[in-house]
Amino acid sequence: MFSRFFNNRNTLGLMFMLPAAALLLLFLTYPLGLGTWLGFTDAKIGRAGVWVGLDNFIYLIGDSVAQLSLFNTLFYTIVASILKFALGLWLALLLNEHLPFKSFFRAVILLPFIVPTALSAIAFWWIYDSQFSIISWTLKEMGLIDRYIDFLGEPWLARLSTVAANVWRGVPFVAICLLAGLQTISPTLYEAAALDGATPMQRFRYVTLPLLTPIIAVVMTFSVLFTFTDFQLIYVLTRGGPLNATHLMATLSFQRAISGGSLGEGAALATLMIPFLLAAILFSYFGLQRRAWQQGGSDK
Amino acid sequence: MAKKQTDRDGMVYLVSLPRRAVTLYVPLGVFLFVLLFPFYWMAITSFKPDSELLSHTGNPFWVIQPTFAHFKKLLFGTPYPDWMLNTVIASVVATFVSLVASVFAAYAIERLRFQGAKQVGLAVFLAYLVPPSILFIPLAAIVFKLGLFDTRWALILTYPTFLIPFCTWLLMGYFRSIPYELEECALIDGATRWQILVKIILPLAVPGLISAGIFAFTLSWNEFIYALTFVSSSEVKTVPVGVITELVEGDVYHWGALMAGALLGSLPVAILYSFFVEHYVSGMTGAVKE
Repeated sequence: MFSRFFNNRNTLGLMFMLPAAALLLLFLTYPLGLGTWLGFTDAKIGRAGVWVGLDNFIYLIGDSVAQLSLFNTLFYTIVASILKFALGLWLALLLNEHLPFKSFFRAVILLPFIVPTALSAIAFWWIYDSQFSIISWTLKEMGLIDRYIDFLGEPWLARLSTVAANVWRGVPFVAICLLAGLQTISPTLYEAAALDGATPMQRFRYVTLPLLTPIIAVVMTFSVLFTFTDFQLIYVLTRGGPLNATHLMATLSFQRAISGGSLGEGAALATLMIPFLLAAILFSYFGLQRRAWQQGGSDK
Repeated sequence: MAKKQTDRDGMVYLVSLPRRAVTLYVPLGVFLFVLLFPFYWMAITSFKPDSELLSHTGNPFWVIQPTFAHFKKLLFGTPYPDWMLNTVIASVVATFVSLVASVFAAYAIERLRFQGAKQVGLAVFLAYLVPPSILFIPLAAIVFKLGLFDTRWALILTYPTFLIPFCTWLLMGYFRSIPYELEECALIDGATRWQILVKIILPLAVPGLISAGIFAFTLSWNEFIYALTFVSSSEVKTVPVGVITELVEGDVYHWGALMAGALLGSLPVAILYSFFVEHYVSGMTGAVKE
């Protein structure tokens, strides 16, 4: 009787799910709901708030810093994602070649993705330093500039510098994932295309790209998601400065909620990120999902 | 970019060496240089004495009088060893807890196939897509209410929120590749589900467990926003947070010590990764490919 009870798949399934479900419900689902609710209150640190309706959202929509942070986030996400995709695909194609020490290269290239972002960001902070930047030093020695570049001191330079650091960290991820996709494409397809007289460009366009689309969709969804919600890199490099020019929505919500103490406002800002994330997920799901012919089926 | 597509293994001989050098080796070299230079720079800076760091003359790419002063200051003059210990404890415990919970969850979803298993599987995937940056504010409130604020438990209990969905998703893929027949044989021989899981499934899923474990460990080692928000006293900080919040003092940056801190904090994950590259890569690509 007892053993029958434990072999019932529903009871047993429930018991097996219990540890994971308990942790996730308490620390993921509940906070997700709580965060949305907090966005509608005027909660401060150490004081439970009362319902204020859409006040936080109305205030944020009219707030010039919040508007700027939305612009920065979109700029940061779009530019960095495009660069990560282009460079990542290029690197994946290079690594897919017949190379000596290929596995060594592949291992080393992933290093920027492995080490803690906060720590590699410190290295970038030093590389971007206004007085001792190694980039400025090199350019000056080459006679290309005569004053040290203040990478993190001017709004547009700072935006581009943070994008560069983000791309540096993200390219290995995109490249290694796309490489895994490239390796599943059979070489016979290329040989057949070559025999039919396809140029290298055509082979890339009509063989590689269509077969790679499903994995590109997934990889770029993840990449966009991580870039849009990035926090550490900006927090370490600029803290949102100069003149809020690099504030992302995540760093601004940290500043408002934790440093400033207005939990409600910060939570509202974080909630505002959700529609964008959903849009990115839906876009990649519907726009780039697997087609039947990519899996060997016939076109509809 | 597209040209490189020609020289697949079978057709390499069609491309001349100079051409291959320009289209393959030069770009690859540039990629390698850019991707690895920050690490070189981090390492070389941490061995430079202050006088060399702050001089504009001489060749900055090399160190003339290497010194261990920055490491010495870091290890004996700051709470860095404490941060290291905290990071190790939080990462190891969170990884272990997440792995155990994920093994059960993945087995239940993939093999017990209880009612609603499919929906639960989808929910796990969606949970994986929830970023910490929208969770940390309400989580801070919860952590505070539970009295966990400023303790290691705050980190150990919140890290699984991003580890469990990832590990479960990865392990579901591994369990799916194990043939049903093995389980059916064991069931006929009278094994219980528990025995099947421990004696048949787990030994076969060892590569998957290693992948998930390594990945989870590096993810928790790299975690920043939760550790920054939920912990405030120096004794319980993790390495990334400690280095950022305490080694940066005022306007005078101690670049040598900062770089030494970044280097030492990166080494453990880099070394672990170097031993398990294949597992790590298969974990990363496996989670994306599913």
